[in-house]
Amino acid sequence: MANLYWIPKAWLIPLLPALAFPFIAFITRKARGLSALTAILAIGVSLVISLGVLWEVIAHGITMDNPVEYSTVWLQIPQLLKIEAGLLIDPLSAVMLLVVTLVAFLVEIYSIGYMEDDPGFSVFFAYLSLFGASMLGLVLANNYFMIYFFWELVGLCSYLLIGFWYHRAEAARAGFKAFVVNRLADFGFLLGFFFLFIIFHTFNFRELAAAIPAYHNVGLLTVAALLVFTGPIGKSAQFPLHVWLPDAMEGPTPVSALIHAATMVAAGVYLLARAYVLFASLPNVMLVVAYVGGFTAIFAATIAIAQRDIKRILAYSTISQLGYMVMAMGVGSMTAGIFHLTTHAFFKALLFLAAGSVIHALHEQDIFRMGGLYKDMKVTTVTFIIGALALAGIPPFAGFWSKDEILAAAYHNGFLGLYILGTLVAFLTAFYMFRLIFITFFGERRAGLHGHESPPVMTIPLGILALLSIFAGFVGTPFTARGFSTFVYYAAPHEVEPDYMVMALSTLVALAGIALAWWLYGRPSDLPERLKESYRWAYNLLWNKFYIDEFYLWIYRRIFWGLAEAFHWHDRHVVDGLWDGVGDVTRASGQKLRYLQTGNLQTYALVFFTAVVVIALWMAGMGGMIR
Amino acid sequence: MSFPVLSAILLAPVAGLLILLFIPEREELTIKIVSALATLVSLVLSVAIYFLYDSSQGGLQFCEEISWLPEWGIKYSLGVDGISLPLVLLTALVGFTAVFASWDIQRRVKEFFIFLLMLVAGIFGVFMTRDLFFFYLFFDMAVIPSYLLIIIWGSTRKEYGAMKLTLYHVVGSAFLLVAIIATAIYGAKALGYFTFDLYSLSQVNFDVGFQKIVFFLMLIGFGVLVPMWPLHLWAPDGHVAAPTAISMLLAGVIMKLGGYGLIRVALWFFPEAAHYWAPFIALLSLVNVIYGAMVAMVQRDLKFVIGYSSVSHMGYVLLGVAALNTLSLDGAVAQMFAHGVMTALFFALVGNVYQRTHTRELARLGGLAHQMPRVAAGFLLAGLASLGLPGLNNFVAEFLIFLGAFGREDLMLGGSLAFRTVAILAISGIVITAVYVLRIVKNVFFGPPLPEWEGLSDVRGVEMVPIVVLGFTLIFFGLLPSLQINMIDASVAPIVAKIKAAKAIGGIF
Amino acid sequence: MITLNHYVALSALLFCIGLLGALGKRNAIAILMGIELMLNAVNINLVAFNRFLQPSQVVGQVFALFIILVAAAEVAVGLALVINIYRRRLDTNIEDLNWLKW
Repeated sequence: MANLYWIPKAWLIPLLPALAFPFIAFITRKARGLSALTAILAIGVSLVISLGVLWEVIAHGITMDNPVEYSTVWLQIPQLLKIEAGLLIDPLSAVMLLVVTLVAFLVEIYSIGYMEDDPGFSVFFAYLSLFGASMLGLVLANNYFMIYFFWELVGLCSYLLIGFWYHRAEAARAGFKAFVVNRLADFGFLLGFFFLFIIFHTFNFRELAAAIPAYHNVGLLTVAALLVFTGPIGKSAQFPLHVWLPDAMEGPTPVSALIHAATMVAAGVYLLARAYVLFASLPNVMLVVAYVGGFTAIFAATIAIAQRDIKRILAYSTISQLGYMVMAMGVGSMTAGIFHLTTHAFFKALLFLAAGSVIHALHEQDIFRMGGLYKDMKVTTVTFIIGALALAGIPPFAGFWSKDEILAAAYHNGFLGLYILGTLVAFLTAFYMFRLIFITFFGERRAGLHGHESPPVMTIPLGILALLSIFAGFVGTPFTARGFSTFVYYAAPHEVEPDYMVMALSTLVALAGIALAWWLYGRPSDLPERLKESYRWAYNLLWNKFYIDEFYLWIYRRIFWGLAEAFHWHDRHVVDGLWDGVGDVTRASGQKLRYLQTGNLQTYALVFFTAVVVIALWMAGMGGMIR
Repeated sequence: MSFPVLSAILLAPVAGLLILLFIPEREELTIKIVSALATLVSLVLSVAIYFLYDSSQGGLQFCEEISWLPEWGIKYSLGVDGISLPLVLLTALVGFTAVFASWDIQRRVKEFFIFLLMLVAGIFGVFMTRDLFFFYLFFDMAVIPSYLLIIIWGSTRKEYGAMKLTLYHVVGSAFLLVAIIATAIYGAKALGYFTFDLYSLSQVNFDVGFQKIVFFLMLIGFGVLVPMWPLHLWAPDGHVAAPTAISMLLAGVIMKLGGYGLIRVALWFFPEAAHYWAPFIALLSLVNVIYGAMVAMVQRDLKFVIGYSSVSHMGYVLLGVAALNTLSLDGAVAQMFAHGVMTALFFALVGNVYQRTHTRELARLGGLAHQMPRVAAGFLLAGLASLGLPGLNNFVAEFLIFLGAFGREDLMLGGSLAFRTVAILAISGIVITAVYVLRIVKNVFFGPPLPEWEGLSDVRGVEMVPIVVLGFTLIFFGLLPSLQINMIDASVAPIVAKIKAAKAIGGIF
Repeated sequence: MITLNHYVALSALLFCIGLLGALGKRNAIAILMGIELMLNAVNINLVAFNRFLQPSQVVGQVFALFIILVAAAEVAVGLALVINIYRRRLDTNIEDLNWLKW
């Protein structure tokens, strides 16, 4: 590999945005244009290098089995601990690098338009740069420690960006919630790789991959794998820790697009792929992963059909799609999971940015107060529909191919239940997306809201993402020779066989979903209202997200907080009471004993002299005894 | 003999103090500048020896020795190794920034800085001395000024807080005195001559029964300072009463005297007893971490939150001590440094807020990021360090402690479950920490701007010094931990070797 | 022949008289005088023991001189106190001077 040019420069990919962060924060903060330029330039160069890396990975035949690894020691304690800072470049990370840099690049350009009036413009770009650096570091990490390191940092960026409009109490609260929920998951993740470390004495992915198959204490390994899996449950918003993601929509929309749809939330799926050797060796854990993913997919999809906020609908759709990816991992097709991650990144970023374009124009997020927007916002409408078609899984859009591969994998690997579940999710997805479209972009204009098309700086990224949403799927269709599945894979490369039954069925249900959406919302009708009235309880359940937030809040407020109050009371009254009690006893006995102090010196002298006499006599007596 | 750099660090505050005595009370600016310069000298020299210290060689370096009371083997002897050097640097950093944090002191400026410098000098002495007698002497030299500083310049319930703090410390030091004298007498019997020299005494093979008792006495003496539950209550009450600079020094440095003493004296001298008491310490550390964090969560006063957070974080140090292995002890020392810097930063910023709003009640504060973005940024940085965010110093320290406690080598197979459970529960503290830290960040700095706080100014000028210096330190060692851990590790190794060699006697439980 | 016993008896007698004065008198000046008597009793003891037990040395005499000196100083301080108290209170009755109690 002597003639590699781009790959040895891969360390620059996270470094450039990392340098942009302090540069913007301390130097160009007052100059808004310069800040945006710095951030975009940094991520742009990273994009170019990422493209170069991907090209070289393909051209030089770097596969999953013979990756390129660079590492240096970050912290070492002889014989006990070696923590590396290293890069692992294989097709998986190369694909992920491209996805992250590309989406980040487009989102940052879009943000110039979206955030133009915001007083925190420069800070926003600083945070985005920090996020880019952390995410790229996470992607390139060659060991668990480093992935955890950046995992936490992306969590920080998520926190900062959700709470970017910190003057809004809801935004501050949402950031808090996101961080704490993720912390809970990271606690499990941390323990998980601690277990791996005490078994194998290394954090390095490749060393672990070599050692795990030879290790036979399945019980311990299962515990470790389940704990590692809690990380993705939090970061990728899987049930039961999904609650933070919908609230994360309090952040600016470009943030929702980049972090809470396309890249960061996919980090959990990426971790599963990186740690796949651990999971693949444990069928029971795989089963857990598959069912958590599958359940999350359908659970979030059902919630999405009852929501009114455009970003929340997309957020639940994100959770649902992440559930798909996790399910793909669980049913044994890492390829399908990563493929869906890639296509999803493009079309979900597109959907969010298009939604952002709507919000930018209307300053309104409730879809039932919008309508007929296609007349004023043609580009936005068209691109949004492309994104929705991709998400709904209509051929030949990108989402179709990746979703199809997941369903096929579930079907062929013997998870019939999950296959049916997945098909049902496809139906629901098509339904809620087109419900959104029919209500928002078609029908009558509602009172007082007039849209206008966004400036080119926002629509051009939309166009590019729309093109990607159409064409990105072709790298991995079953008809593509040497496609995605021979590139990113676990164990052995394989060609995907087209399964026409699966394809036809998923297309049909998606079309049925669109048709149902049109039937209910695409024409003037009071049917939705009537349905809502007759199934009030179901609607309430969905509208309130199955009351899970309320349940958690109850635990937090009543149990956790109550326990803390009890500890506080104990601290103040029992512990402090004890020591202050010692002090009080001392003081009280002093109060009493002070009456011995008459103040009359002659009394003291008498006592003193008597004592001397007594002691003298006593000593004389002692002397007599000794003698 | 080369330049006595340690004496210079120790005596720079003393020299400053002596100069202050001759400056008239009115010249407040001169007084502040002299104090700043005195601590700056210490800081510069500390940084210099930090980077001149040869980690590959390890052991005590920059040694100095003057015989003081030869009949009793008492010597003025200084020296630093990888355990004390980070703490010397910490003292210098916190001492230097504390001067700037007290720039707005109004009353009796001269006396304030005199006592402050005396306190700093005393702490330097404890970390540098190699003689148990001087250890105790400097230790008490640190206790007395803090009483005066709190009772004269303090705020909320200052008489109560000052008295409580001093009584706790004095009781602790009484236990310590007994332990030190007992050790010296036992040592004199074994060695045939009186000595208080740490190294000579560490060569003595103490009888196991003796070890158990004296270790326990030291555990109480140092535990009060750590502060170990249930001897921790001086910390919250003392911090609330103390002026900003003293809170910084109390939580930032004086607490570390306890952890330092435990590692340097108790573990080193009494390895068998360390095995015996370790489960007990581990259990208390768990209480510290979880209970401290949860109590911190429900506080209504900003300083109480930080005060209890110190209880929680120092619990990690105790956990590191209890785990008795290289990783955990490396982590414990690093955690002392990191926590000191972090908490000093916290208190400096709380001081800034208090100085402007005259309140620390969480219910009244809100939206301050609008008026004080710099304070908010600094506070967030300290908060993130506190919850162990990677890239900041505390993360490395906590990570090592967790890994050490979690993977105690000798307990890997048999009987590991109990200790590992304790470790796991303690690690869950990172979640609770996130809750209370981000909760105060949210309540104090985020949310809509409140009309009550319109027109407050952000920090500027010299007030920025603590934020810049301490914040930079957190990030610097967070990104380059090897500069810290390698040094610590070289000096922890002999202690761990001694503990390992000690015949493992059954734990207390 | 006057033996050591005579001296000791004298000094004990003197001491008891002084003690009685110091403990029993109410006038502060009388108490001071009682204390002086006790000190002198000690002086007698010192000189006598020195003379009978260690005739070649003068340690006892030296100590006696010390005590005379200290006693003089003490009387000076004591009288100063008494005079001050008298100026404030116009009274030197010891029973009224119990300000030292709690």
